[in-house]
Amino acid sequence: MDLRDYTALEAGKMVRERQIGCEELTRHALRAIAETEPALNACVTVLEEEALASARAVQARLDAGETLSPLAGVPMVIKDNICTAGIPTTCGSKMLETFRPPYNATVYARLLAAGAVLVAKTNLDEFAMGGSNETSHFGPVHNPWDTTRVPGGSSGGSAASVAAGQAFYALGSDTGGSIRQPCAFCGVSGVKPTYGAVSRYGLIAYASSLDQIGTIGRDIRDCAAALRLIEGRDERDSTSVARPPEPEAPAGVRGLKIGIPANYFGKGIDPAVAAPVQAAARTFEEMGAALVDIELPLAEYAIPAYYVVACAEASSNLSRYDGVKYGFAGAGAESLEELYLRTRSEGFGIEVKRRIMLGAFVLSAGYFDAYYKKAMQARELIQRDFDRVFTRCDVILSPNAPTTAYKIGENISDPLKMYLGDVYTVSVNLAGLPGVTVPCGFADGLPVGLQLIGRAFDEATLFRAAAAFQSETDFHRQRPNRPGEEARA
Amino acid sequence: MTIDDALIQYLEELSKLRLAPEEQAAAKEDLGKILGYMQTLSALNTEGVEGLSHPLANENVFREDAARPSAARAAILDNAPRQKDGCFVVPKTVE
Repeated sequence: MDLRDYTALEAGKMVRERQIGCEELTRHALRAIAETEPALNACVTVLEEEALASARAVQARLDAGETLSPLAGVPMVIKDNICTAGIPTTCGSKMLETFRPPYNATVYARLLAAGAVLVAKTNLDEFAMGGSNETSHFGPVHNPWDTTRVPGGSSGGSAASVAAGQAFYALGSDTGGSIRQPCAFCGVSGVKPTYGAVSRYGLIAYASSLDQIGTIGRDIRDCAAALRLIEGRDERDSTSVARPPEPEAPAGVRGLKIGIPANYFGKGIDPAVAAPVQAAARTFEEMGAALVDIELPLAEYAIPAYYVVACAEASSNLSRYDGVKYGFAGAGAESLEELYLRTRSEGFGIEVKRRIMLGAFVLSAGYFDAYYKKAMQARELIQRDFDRVFTRCDVILSPNAPTTAYKIGENISDPLKMYLGDVYTVSVNLAGLPGVTVPCGFADGLPVGLQLIGRAFDEATLFRAAAAFQSETDFHRQRPNRPGEEARA
Repeated sequence: MTIDDALIQYLEELSKLRLAPEEQAAAKEDLGKILGYMQTLSALNTEGVEGLSHPLANENVFREDAARPSAARAAILDNAPRQKDGCFVVPKTVE
């Protein structure tokens, strides 16, 4: 069985209707992992025995007549910066290579209650800092469409895993595009929810005012169904928000106003990537949506503002890694200061060190106003820009990344070039808005994704538009060949 | 932006990091390029803008101040690089 023949919701239905057992389904996922991992390196930890035990437990609950969730018994994977009790949670770092969290992240506790079957923890850029998955201590992830290329990042392991059919859906996290960009590079769908929609309790912090957990699937309806299981108020995260149940929205996009920011399609984007996104806009129009020209003139300030804010928060958040409480400790230190220095110098990789130092710089006396304060002001102006635009349209359609997946090693020595690849995604995090990505075509055989940005807490409209697009197109049903598999007709 | 050795040393100190010589050289170049790019922000007119540290207009959230069990000490200490008698072990800090 190729998991990719079914959506997560279809697999859940088959489980409920006893067409397939949870254990059998899980064995298919584990087999797919065993077959594809040598080429992909998408997983840090594969949970063979634990997954089979949890599949049997879910089956027993179902057989006892429990009603769990639409995704009960469906194998899934979780990015390795989300805490899973007793299961290694490495953050892709030497610093946390041996860390086994004593508690579950709220999202995982909720998934367990809903009958999810976790089959693997997925690879990521170290501490979720990166856009290519090349900064992981456990080696790069390879893109299933072309294993010489990156899967994107930082949730590259999650996106590659779903694209290769190792699991039906995944959790990722998105601080500046870390769900949306790897989804675009790997040809799968994903959602970065509104800030506050999902509890961050148990998500290992990178930049706390930007981080948000979201879901990845091959079909946007799977992403929506998985989000429903994890979202909502959690008393352990004071920024999480309770929402009333969404009203039944009409299907389709008739009458929906879609804003098109012209400046997102100009300088800096590969024309082969812009073309399918523009074609998608026409598809929406043919389906009855109205296209509205809009301006988001502050786009050029989004990247510098984002990196100032993210690095500042990272330098503070990562000060907790001291070699005392958990994780790696440098050997042979005879003073506390020396223990800190050895632990952090040996335990962190180069990109993490770079961002900690950038953060220390922008927060330091003499530079604070020119960098950090200025970035906070830019952030407010960027949020106002979106508020203004959303008086004229319901969603914004934009590219996701300026290029398709690039070659492993191509950009890693030029950090600034890497940062510039986040141009279309970071402003969404700065403003706290929801964004989804769905596949919308190919350029030279590599997937291209579009991004839809919505009003705060209006994921429903994004899902409605993305689902309508996927009813009309079949880009999301295209799949890369498994290593060794013949090309599909 | 030019980054000199003294600034790199200062940032290492603030960050509790000790870079190898080749890392220092790379940091000088990379931080210079990145901070130079961040300076594009200076062109943005932000007069009268207070600034946003957080995307949501959050209000303080309170809960009942009720006692409840915290995590088990042994489970927490299991992750410690060094532990002894129910405590974390650190190098000697007071002579």
